[in-house]
Amino acid sequence: MIALVQELGAAVIRFIVHLGRIAIFAVYVARAALTPPNRLRVFIAELFNLGVLSLVIICVCGLAVGMVLGLQGYNTLVRFGAEQSLGAVVGLSLIRELGPVLTALLATGRAGSATTAEIGTMVATEQLDGLRMMSINPIHLVVMPKTFAMVCVMPLLSALFIVFGLGGGYLVGVVLMGLDGGTYVSSLQGAVDYYDDVAGSLLKALVFGVLVGLIATYRGYTCAPTSAGVSSATTSTVVVASVSVLIFDYFITALWGV
Amino acid sequence: MTSPAADDAPVVFSDVDMAFEDRHVLRGFSCRFARDKISVILGGSGSGKTTILRLIGGLVHPQRGRIVVAGEDISELSETQMYGVRRKLGMMFQGGALLDSLTIFDNLAFPLREHTSMTENEITTEVHRQLAAVGLSEVDDLLPGQLSGGMIRRAALARAIIRQPEILLCDEPFSGLDPVSVKRIEALLRRINRQLGVTMLVSSHHIPSTMRMADQVVLLQNAQAVTGSPSELAHHSDPRVAGFLNEETDESIDQSERRSPAP
Repeated sequence: MIALVQELGAAVIRFIVHLGRIAIFAVYVARAALTPPNRLRVFIAELFNLGVLSLVIICVCGLAVGMVLGLQGYNTLVRFGAEQSLGAVVGLSLIRELGPVLTALLATGRAGSATTAEIGTMVATEQLDGLRMMSINPIHLVVMPKTFAMVCVMPLLSALFIVFGLGGGYLVGVVLMGLDGGTYVSSLQGAVDYYDDVAGSLLKALVFGVLVGLIATYRGYTCAPTSAGVSSATTSTVVVASVSVLIFDYFITALWGV
Repeated sequence: MTSPAADDAPVVFSDVDMAFEDRHVLRGFSCRFARDKISVILGGSGSGKTTILRLIGGLVHPQRGRIVVAGEDISELSETQMYGVRRKLGMMFQGGALLDSLTIFDNLAFPLREHTSMTENEITTEVHRQLAAVGLSEVDDLLPGQLSGGMIRRAALARAIIRQPEILLCDEPFSGLDPVSVKRIEALLRRINRQLGVTMLVSSHHIPSTMRMADQVVLLQNAQAVTGSPSELAHHSDPRVAGFLNEETDESIDQSERRSPAP
C-alpha cells in the first residue's frame, strides 16, 4: 500500500516537473520569436509541411464526419418532425466541438508526430548539437518555426474541416434525404452566432495549436538520443497531446461557454 | 573570466569531475592542451573521450572543476554566453551531424550565411574551396544520406573549419572507416593543423593513427588521465599504459582484422 502511494506521489511529481519544463520551454520559444534573425523562410516551409500536407486528411475527414452527422441527425430529427433543424444540429456540433477537437487530434497524429520524430532524429544524430557548436540556437532555428506554424495552421485547418463538414451534412440531408437546401442553410444561419460560436471555435483551435505545437516540439527536443527514444517520444506526443486537447476542450467549454 | 593559464594553453581542465548519474567518467581530471598542436585523447569505449570534447563545447557541464577554453572559464557560462565561445570552436562529430535535409553545399554554406555578411558568390567560392581541400568535388547537390562514411567525415571536417576556428574538436574521426579512408582523414587533419595553425583535439581509440599524428596523447583509464608524447607513453612505467598502447602499436589488431574472413 505504501509502495503504491509512493509510486503515485512520484508520478504526480514527475507530471509537475514536466509541466514546469514545458512552461520554461515555452518561454524559450516565445523569446526566440522576438530574437533576430527572423526565420520567415523556415516558418513558411513549416506552414507547408504542417498545413498544406495535412489538407487532404482534414478535408476527407471533415466531409466524412459531416456526412455521418447529417445522417444521424436527420434520422433522429425526423422522428420528432424537426428535420428542418438539421443545418443547426450539424453546424453547431461541428463549429463548437467537433471541428476544433477532431482537427487537433488529426493534426496531432499527422503533423505532431512527424514534428517529434523529425526533431528527435536530429537529437539522436547530433544535428542539434552540431547547430549549437556553430553558435546557432536550435530552438530559434528548428523549434520556434515549427511551434508557431502549428499555432497558425490549426485554426485554418479547423475552419476547413468545418466547411467540409457542413458540405457533408448538406450532401446527405439535401441531396440524399431530400431536405430543402434553403431550409438547411437558413437553419444553419439562424443557429450559429459569429462571436459565440465561430470566434470561440477559432479560439479553441488556437489553444489546441499552442498545446500540440509545444508538446510535439518539447517531446522531440527532450527525447533520448536513441531510435527507441525517438519512437517513445513520438508515441508520447500523440497520447499526451490528444489527452491534453480533450481536457482543455472541457475547461474552455466550461469556463468560457464556447 | 580570463585564466592566466589560458595564455599559453587554449584549453585547460582543472580538477574536473564528470558523472552521468552514478557512473563517473572523469574524476579530478586536470590537463592542458597545447596550442597549435594535435592532442589525441585516447581510451577505450566509454572512457570519456567524447565527453571531454563535449565539455569543451559546453554541450555538457561538469559537476566540479574549471574548464578554460580560448581564455574563457566556461564552467559557469550560460547557454547564451557559450555561443560567443563556440564561435572560436569547430567540431567534427563522429556521425558528421550534417543537417540531413540540406545538400552538402548548403551544409557548408549554412554557418557562413548565419554568421557572416559574405555575398552568395563569395560563399559559393569559399564552400567550393573547402570541399576541394578535403577532396570532395561534385558533391554539392548530394544529401548527406547519399555519401559514404568517409565522405561524410570529410564534409563534416570542411564544415568545422570553414569559419577558421582557433580550436578544432574531432570526435572519433577514424571509427568505422576502412584503412584507406583512415589514412586520408589522418593526412587531412595533419595538413589542416599545419596550414591553419589550429589547435586540434582528437578523440580516438585508433592507436596506429594516434601514434603517427599526435604531438600530445591523453590516455584515459578508469576516470583518470595520463599525459605525454606518444613515445613517452609507449615507454611509460605504468604497465597498464604501455600495455594499452603496445597492444596495438604494431597494428596487430588491424592485421588480424584484415586476415579474418567476413562474417
